[in-house]
Amino acid sequence: MNARAEGTDRGLGRVLVAVYAVFAFSAVGRSTVQLLTKADEAPLAYGLSALAALVYVAATLGLARAVPHADRVAWVAVIVELVGVLAVGTLSYVRPELFPDATVWSQFGQGYGYLPLVLPFVGIWWLRRTAAHTLGASA
Amino acid sequence: MIDALSTILIVLSAALSVWILVYIVRDRTMDNPLLLGLVALEVGLIVQLVVGIALLITTDDTDVNRLSFLGYLFGILLLLPAGVLWSQGEKSRSGTAVLLVATMVVPVLILRLVQLWG
Repeated sequence: MNARAEGTDRGLGRVLVAVYAVFAFSAVGRSTVQLLTKADEAPLAYGLSALAALVYVAATLGLARAVPHADRVAWVAVIVELVGVLAVGTLSYVRPELFPDATVWSQFGQGYGYLPLVLPFVGIWWLRRTAAHTLGASA
Repeated sequence: MIDALSTILIVLSAALSVWILVYIVRDRTMDNPLLLGLVALEVGLIVQLVVGIALLITTDDTDVNRLSFLGYLFGILLLLPAGVLWSQGEKSRSGTAVLLVATMVVPVLILRLVQLWG
């Protein structure tokens, strides 16, 4: 693994992108259904669902190097993701009445085996690791 | 819904996951027998789509969230082809592990379908 990890989409990044893609796909699906059928019921929760969907799509594309400025896109996405899951996770415990319906980030992603909480940390670790590789190679 | 079909598909996904795990441990990439196994699962998922739509048409139950149900029926079909394509981009242990992500998510989505059907 050490020798061949040169980009965020190689090596372990291959698996990470796949996991992010699953989240992107399901978050977009869930958010679309929510906004199409009951947008007015819980505007905050569904707005955050839509934001989460965008973040997962951006992280997937960035890590997969499928967009220009992929590194920057990926960094912004995983940091917004981390802030999002921490903020929404906390808020869903402190002010549960704001979340009559679940979002991917409420209760720190409990409904998804806390994977939404773990994922941004893995993403940041991976981006740092691959960045260190690139620097190491050019030095 | 269709308990027998769901069970068969979940067992098949689990079997393929174990198969892929063995390949990851042995550092092998996808070969034709494994691809055939994945195709078999995909065919099963297409059968599930047909059965699911038939159920939706014939049921009078208004509690079923039809939009989500259809979303899962169709969405689940994308997993394996996408996984195979992405996996082929890197012939490595990690590339093979991508297949494992796909075969492990399939049963989760099938269980959600069963849940949605209620």
